[in-house]
Amino acid sequence: MLAFIVQRLFQAIVVMFVVALISFTMFQFVGDPVNNMVGQEATTEQRDALRERLGLNDTIPVQFAHYVMNAVQGEFGLSYRMGKPVQELIAERMPATMELVAVSALMALLIGVPMGVYTGLHRNSWLSRGFLTISLVGISLPTFVIGILMILAFGVWLGWLPTFGRGGVVDLGVWKTSLMTAQGWSHIIMPATTLALFQLTLIMRLVRAEMLEVLRTDYIKFARARGLRDRAINYGHALKNTLVPVITIMGLQIGSLLAFSIITETVFAWPGMGLLFLQGIQFVDIPVMSSYLVLMALFFVIINLTVDLLYYAVDPRLRSEHVGAGH
Amino acid sequence: MAASTQPPLLEVKNLRIEFPTRRGTLVAVDDVSFDIAEGEVLGVVGESGAGKSLTGASIIGLLEPPGRIAGGEVYLAGRRIDNLPYEKMRQVRGREIGMVFQDPLTSLNPLYSVGSQLVETIRTHTDMSESAAQQRAIDLLGEVGIPSPKIRINQYPHQFSGGMRQRVVIALALCVNPKLIIADEPTTALDVSIQAQIIDLLKRLCRDHGAAVMLITHDMGVIAETANRVAVMYAGRLAEIGPVGQVIKNAKHPYTHGLMGSIPKLAHATERLVQIEGTMPRLTEIPNGCAFNPRCPKVFARCMVERPDLTPVDSSQISCWLYDKTMERTGSHG
Repeated sequence: MLAFIVQRLFQAIVVMFVVALISFTMFQFVGDPVNNMVGQEATTEQRDALRERLGLNDTIPVQFAHYVMNAVQGEFGLSYRMGKPVQELIAERMPATMELVAVSALMALLIGVPMGVYTGLHRNSWLSRGFLTISLVGISLPTFVIGILMILAFGVWLGWLPTFGRGGVVDLGVWKTSLMTAQGWSHIIMPATTLALFQLTLIMRLVRAEMLEVLRTDYIKFARARGLRDRAINYGHALKNTLVPVITIMGLQIGSLLAFSIITETVFAWPGMGLLFLQGIQFVDIPVMSSYLVLMALFFVIINLTVDLLYYAVDPRLRSEHVGAGH
Repeated sequence: MAASTQPPLLEVKNLRIEFPTRRGTLVAVDDVSFDIAEGEVLGVVGESGAGKSLTGASIIGLLEPPGRIAGGEVYLAGRRIDNLPYEKMRQVRGREIGMVFQDPLTSLNPLYSVGSQLVETIRTHTDMSESAAQQRAIDLLGEVGIPSPKIRINQYPHQFSGGMRQRVVIALALCVNPKLIIADEPTTALDVSIQAQIIDLLKRLCRDHGAAVMLITHDMGVIAETANRVAVMYAGRLAEIGPVGQVIKNAKHPYTHGLMGSIPKLAHATERLVQIEGTMPRLTEIPNGCAFNPRCPKVFARCMVERPDLTPVDSSQISCWLYDKTMERTGSHG
């Protein structure tokens, strides 16, 4: 168990190092930042001074070493556009994105899993067929279309929900949350739904397929022959066996929720990291871009590590030290 | 079948199992009747697809749709159980009828320890406390011959070998002392060296717990050693049912005779094994009259048109026109 964690941590460090290298090379290839930062009338001396201050005169390996050292300490340099440290910008924006992703991931899980179980158990009921048909819409419509349609329906026609931005924010010191006020929820509900819809249908279909598979197995037949109650069979024996693939996909999906929140954040003008990243691209704000890249990689690595540990919790075959005379 | 006032433990009357398909209804089990006395071991033999397993599954109420019981009745200790509502039948399963499946490697849920599966079953059917059920589970594991049950109870199925897992399965089937165990080919998936141990265990435990056994197998050797009576099935029908000695040493139905001839005997090592010509018909192609007529060496005119019913001959019951006493045989045989 410990050896496994150490091994995974080592892999994670290697991955992060490679990502850092890639995001560092962005600095080398995407234009000269100094031109973007100083005005038209800046003198050569001013340019050189800035160049020196930004550390652009060092040799490349030295720059990379600096970059990694700083990144490890959570420093990603100054934003070319804002002239502020990138970590401050990200720290401002991160709560918005994290809350959006958390709310939509929970929605996807808490609605998707029960729907999947229901459609797996009652394959031919009208409700199941309805769920499956609707889920086709969720899978095939692009996120921004759903977002815009929702704005049209709930924001413009019905006027129930605000159409943009984040409201009702409460400052908790290190974290600004919008989940503690009704107004905050009225702002988050549409973007979160938009973001969750695809994941929800994916999870529902995955759970359904896995349930159908598991319900055919011998151990479910044997559980029935032992006279266990349906609830114990469906939720204890069957659902638990569907969890390993669901955890895998959910882990990957939380990663892509973070990454794809860019689109939803743009549609709803949600002040999150995605919006920051897009603005960074428009201004060739390389420190913002590269630190976003590193941060996303870090999230993926952490999620994957969590997923691996969850496997251990769910499946005893992975945690036993000695393997019996099985197959 | 000793005459007694008590109803037999299990009574199956004219059981008929159908599979509706797009091209008409398939009759997989047709007019099968037999009974099992308390504590008795009934062997059920026949080729694959003869309807043995379906008969077993229908008794415990686990026929897989679209298969359904289309006719007949099943009585357990005098109570009709084939038409019980789902919840009532669930309470019969495990508590009154236990079942052992063919493949021990897939019968146990891989994510739960064997102990929790035992405790779960015990507590579903009794009011036992968690700790009492735990103690009973340990006792049962010891009883089925698993060494150091106190440690093994917390282990998971993948930590047990195939034979050990089948022992766990047997413990699970017997854990609330059902009166009948349906064992569907319990040794087919095991090593030959383990088979005898498992059969011995099943036999001994069922005797100790007073459970009758319906032993479905195609291993005549197992039947000869274990069963009190044998039912021979062919193409969804009963060909012959009788005491094990009668059926094995003095097979009357030509099909049973052929089955016995196909078993190798050590004493006649040089003799060529007898083989029944042809194969069992598919469900869509069951001939008129006796289902065995295309392969029967003693077939005669009547077999082609009329279907024989089970008739008592000596202490057995045979469905074959050769043993029909009400009418003189027409035509020749042989």
